[in-house]
Amino acid sequence: MSKKTHIDIDYTAKLARIALSDEEKAKYSEQLDSIIGYVEKLEELDTSDVEPTAHPHPVSNVWQEDKVSSELSVQEALKNAPAQRDNMIVVPKVVD
Amino acid sequence: MQELYYKTASELSELLDKKELSAVELTKTVIERTKAVEDRVAAFNSYDEADALKQAEASDLRRAGGKTLGPLDGIPVGIKDVLAVKDQPLTCSSKMLENFVSPYDATCIQKLRSNGAVLWGRLNMDEYAMGSSTENSAFKKTSNPWNLDCVPGGSSGGSAAALAAGEAPLTLGSDTGGSIRQPASYCGVVGLKPTYGRVSRFGLAAFASSLDQVGPMARSVKDAAMLLQGIAGHDERDSTSYRADVPDYLAAMESLKGKKWTLGLPKEYFENVSDESAMKPVQDAIEFYRSLGCEIKEVSLPHTEYAVATYYIIATAEASSNLARYDGIRYTHRAEAFDAKDSVDIYCQSRAEGFGEEVKRRVILGTYVLSSGYYDAYYLKAQKVRTLIRRDFENAFKEVDAILAPTSPSTAFKKGEKTADPLSMYLSDIYTISANLAGIAGLSLPCGYSDGLPVGLQVLGKPFKEEEILAVAQAFESAHDFKNQHPNL
Amino acid sequence: MEYEAVIGLEVHVQIKTESKIFTRCRQGYGYEPNTLVDAVIMGLPGALPVMNKASLDGIIKAGLALNCVIPDYCKWDRKNYFYPDSPNNYQITQYDKPICEGGYVEIELPGENRGVMGEHKKIQLTRIHLENDVGKLNHFSEDSLVDYNRAGSSLMEIVSEPDMHSGEEAFAFLTAIRQTMIYCGISDCDMEKGQMRADANISVRPVGQKELGTKIELKNLNSITGVKNGIDYEIKRQISELKRGKQQVQATWRWNADLGRTELMREKEDAHDYRYFPDPDLMPVEIDDEWRQRLRDEIPELPWDKQRRFMKEYGLPYTITCVLVPDRKLSDWFESAAKQAPKSAQALGNLVANDLLREMGEAGISLDECKITPDSLLTLVRAVEKGVVPKNVANKDVFPEMFKTGETADQVIERKGLKPDFDEGQVRAWCQEAIDENPRPVEDFRSGNDKALNALLGPVMKKSRGKANPQLVQKLIRELLG
Repeated sequence: MSKKTHIDIDYTAKLARIALSDEEKAKYSEQLDSIIGYVEKLEELDTSDVEPTAHPHPVSNVWQEDKVSSELSVQEALKNAPAQRDNMIVVPKVVD
Repeated sequence: MQELYYKTASELSELLDKKELSAVELTKTVIERTKAVEDRVAAFNSYDEADALKQAEASDLRRAGGKTLGPLDGIPVGIKDVLAVKDQPLTCSSKMLENFVSPYDATCIQKLRSNGAVLWGRLNMDEYAMGSSTENSAFKKTSNPWNLDCVPGGSSGGSAAALAAGEAPLTLGSDTGGSIRQPASYCGVVGLKPTYGRVSRFGLAAFASSLDQVGPMARSVKDAAMLLQGIAGHDERDSTSYRADVPDYLAAMESLKGKKWTLGLPKEYFENVSDESAMKPVQDAIEFYRSLGCEIKEVSLPHTEYAVATYYIIATAEASSNLARYDGIRYTHRAEAFDAKDSVDIYCQSRAEGFGEEVKRRVILGTYVLSSGYYDAYYLKAQKVRTLIRRDFENAFKEVDAILAPTSPSTAFKKGEKTADPLSMYLSDIYTISANLAGIAGLSLPCGYSDGLPVGLQVLGKPFKEEEILAVAQAFESAHDFKNQHPNL
Repeated sequence: MEYEAVIGLEVHVQIKTESKIFTRCRQGYGYEPNTLVDAVIMGLPGALPVMNKASLDGIIKAGLALNCVIPDYCKWDRKNYFYPDSPNNYQITQYDKPICEGGYVEIELPGENRGVMGEHKKIQLTRIHLENDVGKLNHFSEDSLVDYNRAGSSLMEIVSEPDMHSGEEAFAFLTAIRQTMIYCGISDCDMEKGQMRADANISVRPVGQKELGTKIELKNLNSITGVKNGIDYEIKRQISELKRGKQQVQATWRWNADLGRTELMREKEDAHDYRYFPDPDLMPVEIDDEWRQRLRDEIPELPWDKQRRFMKEYGLPYTITCVLVPDRKLSDWFESAAKQAPKSAQALGNLVANDLLREMGEAGISLDECKITPDSLLTLVRAVEKGVVPKNVANKDVFPEMFKTGETADQVIERKGLKPDFDEGQVRAWCQEAIDENPRPVEDFRSGNDKALNALLGPVMKKSRGKANPQLVQKLIRELLG
C-alpha cells in the first residue's frame, strides 16, 4: 500500500465533480486523512490467498429474456428535468 | 386502554377484520396523531392526506365486498424517503432531489399496494441514507420521541421516530450499515434488516449496492414479520435478488415457539464496553434466554475490529459511483450559476449546492479509494477482508443458531454531539456493520432502558433464516412489556 | 527516411436485440426523442440493471465467428466518468474479464485488378467486450440537447491489436467484420444509424524501428470510406510533420469528412481516471461448452469460406463471387438453384449477379419481394441449354418478364411467341445452304482456321431472322463439315 498521508483534495474533488471552497478543502483534507489513516489498519491482515467478495450471496447468469416490457412516456421521463426543449434535456453546449 | 394510534398493526388488522374499525377511521387517527406531534418529532418530510384517505377508502370497499387482500389491507405504512412511490416525492432528504417526483414504484411499494397497505408519508432520514443520527437531512432534524433533545438514530431516523410517536403503525426503512437497527434501538421499536437479497432493491435509491437492504420497522416482532411478509420475495428487476420462495413467517415462528436455541455471544462485542449502563439491559436479556433453557455460548468473530474500515471503503466507493447520477442534468437540482462554457462546471456547482456535507465527504472518500493507483490497496483489499468477515459468521453459525449482541454501543445521543467528528460517528456502527458486510439478517428489539432511553438487543441470524431471529426475538418480547411502553409526548 | 504506419482499431457494433442490454425497454432507431426510455435508461434513483440474455448470445456468437476464445467466466465493471449523454455517469462495461479474448479477422487486400483475388491476411484481435451505449447529443449554437433513445443499447467493442498499416487494411478490416456480423444476424452494422462506429489509434515510425511512434487517436470515422480516407490522411499528415522534424504529441484528432482533413480535438489532458470497479448490481456470467456449442451451431458458413467454395465447387469467376457472397441471402438464393444444376452454375451466377440485381435495382425491391424463384431461374437456363431460345433473347426478353410476373421461362417463351417457328431440321437445312453459298470460309475452316466458322454463322442467323440458337448452329455446321 502506498503510504499517502495527504489526500490530493483538488484532484479528487474534481474527479468527483464537486466544487469545494478553500475552507471545505482544508476541512475535508484533515478529516479524510484521519479516516484514511484509520482504514489503513487493513494492511495488518495478510489477504494474499483470500478471494474478494463482490456479492454477499454470489450466483451467476441472472438475466431476462429479450422481450420489451418496460417503458416510461416521454412526459414522465422528463417531468423532473431542470431544463428541456423539444422533448430533450437542455445542457450547456458540449464541445466534444 | 391503549390509544388506537399505539396499537400494533396485528391488533389493528384484527379490528379491521372484525369490522370494529374501518381503514378510513384508522388512517384519520394516524393523520390526526401525526398533526398533533409532528411539530416536536419532525419524522416526516411530506405526507399526502388525501392520497392516504383515498387508499383507505379503497381498502374499506374491498373489505365490504369480501375481497380483502390480507393482513396489511388498510394498515398505513410510512415510507422512508429513499423508496420510489409513483407520483409522490422522493427526496432522499437531499436538496438535490427536493422537487423530484417519482414516475415509478419500487418493487416493495408495488408489493405493499398489492397487499392493500395504505402508503403513508415520506419519512425523514440522513441524506442518501448516510449517517447515524438523521442530522444529515437537508430538511429537518427529527427528534427522538423519548427525549426530544436526542437524535432518533439513523439513517432511518424518521421511520423509527414515527413508530415511537404513534405516527404510523408500520414503517419501511433501509439498512446499509445499521440504518434500520440502530434507530430502532434508539427509539425503542423493532427493526429488521433482512438477508441481502431477500427484499428487492428495485426502487431503493442506492447508497451502497452490495450492502443496502430494505426492511420492516414496527412496534412488535409479529408486526415486523407481517410487514416483511408483504415485501419479501424474488424480483426479476433486481439481479441480486434471492431466487427462492418466502416462508410463511408467522406460521414458521409459531412452529419455532419454545425452541431451546443455541445462542452465541461474540466475545469481541463484549470487550471494551464504553457505556456499561447501556449494556446492562442486554446482559439481562441474555440471562433471560439462559433462563428459558437456551444454551448461551461464547463465539469469536475475529475480524470485527476491521469491519468499520472495510465498510467505509466499500460503502463510500460504491456510493461515489451510485451518486454520480445526481448531476444537475436530467432530474436533479441544477445550479443556476454555472459557467456555461465549461460543461464540467454544471456538475461541480450543482453537486456542491445539492449535496450536504456528509454526502460530499463520503463521495470524495469513495472517489479517492477507487482512483488510479489506490484500487488494489483499498477497494480490493476491503473486498478480501469482507470475505474474512463473512467466514467469521459462517464459522460462528456452525456452532450457534443465532448471535446476541448490543445493537449500539450507547443509547441515543444528544443532537449535535457527534457531528464534528465523523470518525467517532462511524465507529458507533461497530455492532451493526458486520451483518451488512456478511449479508446476513439482523434485528433489533427493545430490551430495556438506560437513563430513560431505550436500549436495543440485536439478534443476528443465518442467511435467509429471518423466521429464526424473529422467533428468538418473540420469545423475549412475549415475556416482557416493552412493546406497550411509549414515550410521553 | 522511410516511414510506416501502425494502426489499431476499436470498432463498436450494436447487437440487434428487441430490448436494451440492461432493461426491457425497446432498442431502436428513428424514434421520437426520449421515447425509448425507462427508469433504468434515465438513471432514476432506485433503478437497477438486469442483463439481456440475447445480448450475451450475440456477442458470444460474434466472438466465435471471429475466432476468439470464450472464457468460462466474465463479469461487469463500472467505468466512471461524467458526460451528459451517460445517464448514470458510469458505463457498464467489462474491464479485466471480457467475454471474448484474442481472435482474428481475415481480410482481403485489393488485387492487381478487380478481376483478381487479392492477398488475404489475419488481423489479430485483443478482445471483444460488451457494454451499454450512451445517448446522443444534438448541438445547437447556444446549447446542446440530449436524447437518451440510444442510451443502454447493446454495444460490443471489438479491439484490434496494432496490426494494420494503411487505410486500405482498416477498410478491409471493417468490411470483413461488417459482413461477418450481417451473415450471423448479430447486427445490421448500418453506420448511418450508428450501429457500427470506429475509432483508430494511429502512430508512425521509421521503417525498421521496433518501438511504436506517438499514438494519435482518430475519432469521427462515420463511414467505411471515412475510415479509409481519414486514416490515410492522418498517416500522411504525421509523416510529413515527422519529416519536417516535428514530433507528435499524444492527442485526439477528428476526421472532418466535409473538408477532407483531420483536426485536433484535444491534447491528452490529465490521463483519464475511470475508477473501474466490479458493478455490484450485476452478477457475473458463466459460460459452459453447451452454451458455446449451441451458438457455434447457429453460425452459418462465413463469407470467405463461401467464396472459396463457390469458386472451387461451381467454378464461378472471382468477380461473380464478389457480387454474390457479401449478400448472404443472395448467395443462398443462387446456391439453391446451382445445387440442382452444378454444371449450369456459371450461367446461373451470371443471371443472378447481373440480370437479377439489375432488375431488383430498377424495381427498387429486395430479394424477399422478388416474384422470381431459384427454381424458375433454372427453367431459363435449361431452355437456353436445350436451344429453345438463344442466350441474348433469354437475357433480354425472357428474364425481365419472369422477374415481373413470376412465370417460368417456358411460360414466358410460350406467351410471347419467342419460341422459334422452325425445328432443328430447318436449322440444319439453313446450315447446309450457308455452306453451299460460302465456299471460301468452308475452305478456310477445313484448312484449320476455326474462326472461319463465324463467317458461316452470320448467314444462318440471317435466314432464321435471328431466332436460331447460335450454339446449336455452330454444332450443326461442325457436324456438316465434319
